[in-house]
Formats: sequence, structure tokens, C-alpha cells
Amino acid sequence: MLTKRLIACFDVVDGRVTKAQQFQDNIDVAPAADLAATLYDDQIDEIVFYDIKASAEKRKIDLDTVRAVAHHVFVPFTVGGGIRTLDDMYEVLKAGAEKISIDSMAVRDPDIIRQGAEAFGRQCVVLSTQVKHVGVSREFPSGYEVFIDGARLATGLDAIEWVKRGEQLGAGEIVVNSIDRDGTASGYDLDVTRAVADAVNVPVIASGGAGTVEHIADGLTAGGAQAAIISSILYSPRLERNLGVRELKDALIARGVPMRPYVG
Amino acid sequence: MIGVIDYRAGNAPSVGYALERLGVPYRLVADPVALRACTAVILPGVGAARATIDSLHESRLVEPLTRWAVEEHRPFLGICIGLQVLLDHSAEGDVDCLGWVPGRVERFPDTLRVPQIGWNAVRTTRAHPVTDGLGPDAYCYFVNSYYVVPDDPADALGVTEYGHEFCSVVARGNIVATQFHAEKSGPVGLELLRRFAIWDGSC
Repeated sequence: MLTKRLIACFDVVDGRVTKAQQFQDNIDVAPAADLAATLYDDQIDEIVFYDIKASAEKRKIDLDTVRAVAHHVFVPFTVGGGIRTLDDMYEVLKAGAEKISIDSMAVRDPDIIRQGAEAFGRQCVVLSTQVKHVGVSREFPSGYEVFIDGARLATGLDAIEWVKRGEQLGAGEIVVNSIDRDGTASGYDLDVTRAVADAVNVPVIASGGAGTVEHIADGLTAGGAQAAIISSILYSPRLERNLGVRELKDALIARGVPMRPYVG
Repeated sequence: MIGVIDYRAGNAPSVGYALERLGVPYRLVADPVALRACTAVILPGVGAARATIDSLHESRLVEPLTRWAVEEHRPFLGICIGLQVLLDHSAEGDVDCLGWVPGRVERFPDTLRVPQIGWNAVRTTRAHPVTDGLGPDAYCYFVNSYYVVPDDPADALGVTEYGHEFCSVVARGNIVATQFHAEKSGPVGLELLRRFAIWDGSC
């Protein structure tokens, strides 16, 4: 049976993982390659890496750090941030990533989703979305709006309409990242996660807000997500206690969530 | 020396990193000349069937690879799309494939979430030097919208459940191929690659 996935998320600045709160105030955690090696040994299911400044600084993604992480990680590895063209995608894949995450760029040029899916297969293209609760209106029938550029810029796009369009264009997975919950350890926004999971047929990944095992279990059951992005709970210095991958998986399995069993 | 076929739509570097970790010597193979120095070949893949077939033709690798695997019976491992292109025909883009393994490639029904992405259990149906030691229910990493249907059920070495049971490992003589990404399946996948690296192609 297909199991649910725990995905560790790295916000990388200058080769180091940092931890933000509601997309701001990043504090330093560890070198990306070291943290990747530790989490791989702990049997994390997947790692996603965002070069969070590439887009704002209008530069290419930090390929050296992508390569350094790929050398240590024999589980799937997604990379995002600063990807603008098909050639950028190709370079990141050649550096050892399996999947490309596109977010702000996809809003600016939705055709990049189609191009990526055509060239590398739709499984390669992850559409990441930053969504914020704005209340139901005629403009936003779902009550959620899509933001870009580190949650700074409102797009006027309704979250559900956008993810459906992304799926049509060729996205193979959708990340639902709640701006309101990011780094707060108060739980995923289950309403928008469920709404997205019901709206699309590709796998959906809950993101933003997981602080406890219950939050993760809720995202993977009530939220309808196939995978959960976690970061604070693993390594945020802001939390009093961090949990290991094994601890998390054992607790999820005990709650009836199907997970890849620990090997060895 | 293992040759890892390096083509535009592939993910040869990931397979290379895994072989490095295992201490297995390898080289990236992007043309027929580089193939000559190899004792075994891995055809990795992340792309679409047509892009992969086109890319192999552009590199002029189809004929030498076919001679290698089908006439000379040397050890060959296909991964993901590197499995799917071995069959006769793929429904993905209605494309004719290499035809080394009789059968076809079909799409998962829309009643399922497609692509299948994640860790799923592989049950092997018989003993084989490359898959022995993986355990009865080995969890491996899958990313696929399509799956292979070999004409000869004996070619299915491993099966996995997604909506229904599908063939997740093919073995036919000197050819072994996995639908899952062995290079991204943690310690289980590395063990499969290690076993392939020491396999002489016989069963």
C-alpha cells in the first residue's frame, strides 16, 4: 500500500538551513548538507530545498549546495527558488534533484509548468503555493488568495482556481503552504488543504504550521494530504523540544497513519 | 565499470551519487564509444517515454544498447522510465518503445491519484540475484503515472499494489528493471544497486 510521506523542508541561505516565522526573521540552523545527511540517516522520506533568496536577488539557484545535498541523500530531493526557464530546471536536475518546485515564477509565467512537464514529465514539476485566508468573496470563492515573493505580493488569484489550473498545465504535485500558519507550530490549515485535495487529482502536500504529531496526523487524514512538510518540529531553535523522524513515524503509525516502516 | 546512460531527460547524476556511496566504479555514457569500456549498464530515467526514446536516438545509443542487452546478453538495469521504454509500446504519448520485453505500458485509472508518488511495498515473486536480500515487503520510492504489463507473467519479478496489483520489477534473462527509483529508495535501493553491481547477468 502507498504510504504517506514526511518531507523535511530546508529554507536555504548561503548553503545553510534557516528557519523563518510567517516568512520572516530567518534564524540560522545548520549547513544544508550536514542536516540532509543526518535526516537521511534518520530515514526521512523526502527532502525539499528552497533557495529562498534566489528569486528576490534575481540570481540562479545555488547549484553547489544542491550538489552537496544530493551527495548525501538517497531519498527524493526537490529543489525550488529562482527557477525561471527550462534550462534552469535542467541544471537543477543534473545537479542531482528529482523534482523542481515552482512558485512565484509559475504565477508570473504559468506556461513554465507546461514546458517543464513536457520536457521532464509531470512527476518532475511540483507547484508550490503560498495561500492566505482572506474570507469568501466574489473574487475569492474559496476564501483563500495566492501570494508570491515570500508571501509579500498578493496576486488576486483564488487558491482553488489556481491549483486546478496548475494541475491542468501539468503540475504533478501541489504544495499548499499556509502563510498564516508558517512557522507558528499551531497546525496546518486543514480547510484549505482539504479543499485543494478535493479539487485536484494529483498528490497534495500540506505545509506550514506543523508543531506536533497530532498536527501531522491531522494534515494526512482530515486534511486529505498525501504528504506533510515539516521543519520546525525537526529542528527549529524556537521550539522547546524537537522530535526525530523515527519518533514521529512511530507516533503516526500508532495513530493509524500508513508510513514507510523504519528499516534496520 | 558500470555505464550510467546519460541523456537529456535522465537523472544520471543521482544514480552516480548512489554508486559513489557504494564504492562502485562507474562512468556516464552519452555516446556509443563510451559504452565499449563498460561491463554493465544502468538506464535511469525521470522523464516521459517519448522524450526518453527521442533522446536515446539522438545520442545514437539505441542500436549499441540493443546489441549489448539483447544479443550479447550483458547485465542491464532499467529504472523507472528506463523500465517502461523496454516494452513494445507505451500509452504515454502513444509511442513505440524498444521492445526488448514483450508487453505494453498503461496509465493508472483516473479513479486513483495520479501520479503515484511515494513509498510502496514491493513483493518479489521468486528468487533473483539482484533482488534477494530486499526482504519480503520492501518499501521503495515510486513516481509514476504509467505501469508496465509484460505479456509473459514470468517476466514480472516484483509486484506492488496501487488500486490494483501491477508489475514493479521486470526480470528477463540478463535484463532487470524497476519501476521504483532504486537510487532514491534509501538503504533498500542501495542494496539492490550493490547486488546489481556484482551480478554477472545470469540467473
